[in-house]
Amino acid sequence: MGRARTIARRTFLIGSAALLGGVAFGVYKVKTPYPNPLEDGLADGSATFNPWVLIDSEKVTLITPHADKGQGVASAQAALIAEELDIEFGQFEISFGAPAKAYYNTGMADEGVPFMASDESRMAETVRGLAGSAMKLVAMQMTGGSTTMPDSFDKLREAGAVARETLKAAAAQQSGVPVGQLKTARGAVILPDGSEIAYTALAATAAGIAPVTGVALRDPSAWRLIGKPMQRLDMVAKSTGTLGYGLDIRHEGMLFATIRRNPQKGGAMLSYNAAAAEGMAGVKKIVPLADGVAVVADNTWRAFQAADAITFDWGPAPYPPEQAAHWEAIAASFTEDRLDKTWRDDGDTGAALAAGTPFSAEYRAPYVAHQPLEPLNATILVTDERVDIWCGHQTISMIEGAVAAITGHDTSQVHFHNHFIGGSFGHWLELGFVEQAAEVANQMRGVPIKLTYSREEDFAQDFPRQPGIARGQGIVKDGHVEAVDLQIAMPSVLGSQMGRLGISIPGPDSQISAGAWNNPYALPNYRMRAYRVPELAPVSSWRSVGASANGFFFDSFLDELIHEAGADPMAERIRLMQHEVSRKVLEAVAEMSSWGGALAPGKGRGVAFVESFGVPVAEVVEVTDTEEGIRIDKVWVAADVGTVVDPVNFENLVQGGVIFGLGHAMNCEITYAGGAAEQVNFYDAEGMRFHQCPEIVVRGLENGHKVRGIGEPPVPPAAPALANAIFAATGQRLREMPFNKFVDFA
Amino acid sequence: MRLTVNGTSHEVDVEADMPLLWVLRDELGLTGTKYGCGVASCGACTVHIDGVAVLSCQTAVGDVGAGAVTTIEGLGTPDALHAVQAAWIAHQVAQCGYCQSGQIMQAASLLAENPSPSDAEIDEAMDGNLCRCGTYPRIRAAVQTAARSLQGA
Ligand code: FES
Ligand code: FES
Repeated sequence: MGRARTIARRTFLIGSAALLGGVAFGVYKVKTPYPNPLEDGLADGSATFNPWVLIDSEKVTLITPHADKGQGVASAQAALIAEELDIEFGQFEISFGAPAKAYYNTGMADEGVPFMASDESRMAETVRGLAGSAMKLVAMQMTGGSTTMPDSFDKLREAGAVARETLKAAAAQQSGVPVGQLKTARGAVILPDGSEIAYTALAATAAGIAPVTGVALRDPSAWRLIGKPMQRLDMVAKSTGTLGYGLDIRHEGMLFATIRRNPQKGGAMLSYNAAAAEGMAGVKKIVPLADGVAVVADNTWRAFQAADAITFDWGPAPYPPEQAAHWEAIAASFTEDRLDKTWRDDGDTGAALAAGTPFSAEYRAPYVAHQPLEPLNATILVTDERVDIWCGHQTISMIEGAVAAITGHDTSQVHFHNHFIGGSFGHWLELGFVEQAAEVANQMRGVPIKLTYSREEDFAQDFPRQPGIARGQGIVKDGHVEAVDLQIAMPSVLGSQMGRLGISIPGPDSQISAGAWNNPYALPNYRMRAYRVPELAPVSSWRSVGASANGFFFDSFLDELIHEAGADPMAERIRLMQHEVSRKVLEAVAEMSSWGGALAPGKGRGVAFVESFGVPVAEVVEVTDTEEGIRIDKVWVAADVGTVVDPVNFENLVQGGVIFGLGHAMNCEITYAGGAAEQVNFYDAEGMRFHQCPEIVVRGLENGHKVRGIGEPPVPPAAPALANAIFAATGQRLREMPFNKFVDFA
Repeated sequence: MRLTVNGTSHEVDVEADMPLLWVLRDELGLTGTKYGCGVASCGACTVHIDGVAVLSCQTAVGDVGAGAVTTIEGLGTPDALHAVQAAWIAHQVAQCGYCQSGQIMQAASLLAENPSPSDAEIDEAMDGNLCRCGTYPRIRAAVQTAARSLQGA
């Protein structure tokens, strides 16, 4: 649509070998920091030391620029700053801040380089460094890919340390006591006589001092907050209904809008008839858009009612209308000309297969919807002088430009105010709903417009997880797995998603192989080939992205081969694991679950291991085959993130990730009929309900050398661990998700 | 028509068939009660009428009559938490938190009816409340803690 034409296409340097070949950038540009946005209009007597800390005579404000969609990073970012700043929870406020280049995500580079996360060779680290420099020039402020902790861990502690040392210098100036005799604690500088000067009382003096830089970070043994159980800053508000999500925004004179667009996504609107809607109670305006119609009313329900009364004649989608044709297109893509990349080729897999009688199997992963519980919404006020946007969003640095392209303002006149988000799983990365709200608000200048998707519209317009098919061939010998040849075909999620942002990604798509090629097993022969299926229905990153399907493919096939070999599923994985940090994860989960002990009749256990986003995760699932169907009794999880920042939140996120992985593997798919998704509300695709939820025991390991995020990595092993457990209990192999097509769940 | 919410009587001028959910959110500005599905599939909109949990998206405002509506804002406040809210905070239940108003209202209603529910009874009472983030294990534990604290244990 319009924006793709108005924003120049750029080449975005992730997921790509072009990273090495095509980039030239000056050392100067890479070393020069971006300006501190807090200095814009800084009030007299206020001090800012860097883009994350702002102090005035009243309060300390910490900027937590990563989007928080439930993963707790607002709190965690603040904790990293507070660790070095010596300030306690309750003594400061937090703000998401305004979009700025200074907040670019340094953590996006690792996922895009063609090295296994377990590869810490000089070559791999050098390329990661180059990729990091390129990321700085792109200056993308974006939350996703479990990157908040890798991006923030050093940067925000440094921000806190610089602020602390500068405040001490200010205190020295104010008190005449040498800096070396000053200490800090609880938001104050402490003088040798025990008296305290609050940071707020030092703001005016500190404002006149150049920030003290080159401060050494504290040794982990001195940490007060990191690694200790925390009380998240958003928890009281979220338990009392007082947290303001985007959907809760209210402004004087605000009107409420909703939208209907072609459910055959990307198809045209041929005609519509809104005659019945126009006269309905509370309806203020019907706003035709390029591929749909918005209704503006005086409350959300009246807007929903009126939208239901509009009739449409829709044009067809650019993809096949029926689901079967999608599967056919994927199945037809295992060809030489569709080969995106051979990601791994250890040993001589071809020769090993030719020398024996290969065992083979085929697996499928369907389209799956995101459906966080907060429906898409955005509130926008357009006036001739400025534009304000209130909503949650992850693609922070692109919103103001996208809206400016619609309203005709200069980007500097457009102001995005980020909000806590009611879940995402990748859903709140897309710009479309904000652009639609901007189109409506631009036609009603001076009136704040809140656009809310109905749940049905949210299902209809979602860009689900990409579907895929995997074909495995393998050889077992002398009780062990000898060769694995895995081929995966799926549409490119990066191509689809980044294409909508006007960004083209050269080279292979790492998400067709993520979770399958990178598991650090030392198989004698292992080949993994990725095939790019021509674009089908539009797709988008879904919590853990490629690994959500590929982890299921790889680990399920490995499990089948281990059974063919007659080996123990746990012992054989541990034997094959060459990467020590990953092996310890497997050993931990074996110990936690007392793997190998006798089980009651009808019970079965499965183990799975998948590395994603640099985090090795192993899960053991125990099920019972009951009269009502399969019941998941218990899950044990071990994951290594290098450093566990908050063990309480870590446990919550791991449990949630396991539930997400299990629930969708059991119960969910999106299928197309007549070009539209057949699933229309939660009763068609709800993930896991309360009664299906097992007990989940979690252990965080800290043997890894880098700090990693935990939002996504617990998801990929859940599906194969469950499938492997069901096989152990019943002898039935499940090679296609969702499993409820083949077995009942209690 | 008149509507009593959290002890305050309001005059609202809306169609009788408008769901209570939207009257609370858009007409009265009580946004703690959430819209998730509109079709009785998620429980995010759960409130109490005369102490009993109901889905406000399925309750026509004209049917509330003299019933006393309690929303999450009326259950307790950050300064005066209800025992269920205190347990939710102690167990650090929320992730995105969007479902939690409904979860808490459902749990409070359960405990008013059944002061010491078993795990199976908790599962059954809470089954209509979807949590897309997967906080169920913590909800289970928090309901047990709230039950104990309400019984003065
Ligand atoms: S909004 Fe009422 S049950 Fe979902
Ligand atoms: S905490 Fe996010 S839906 Fe429950």
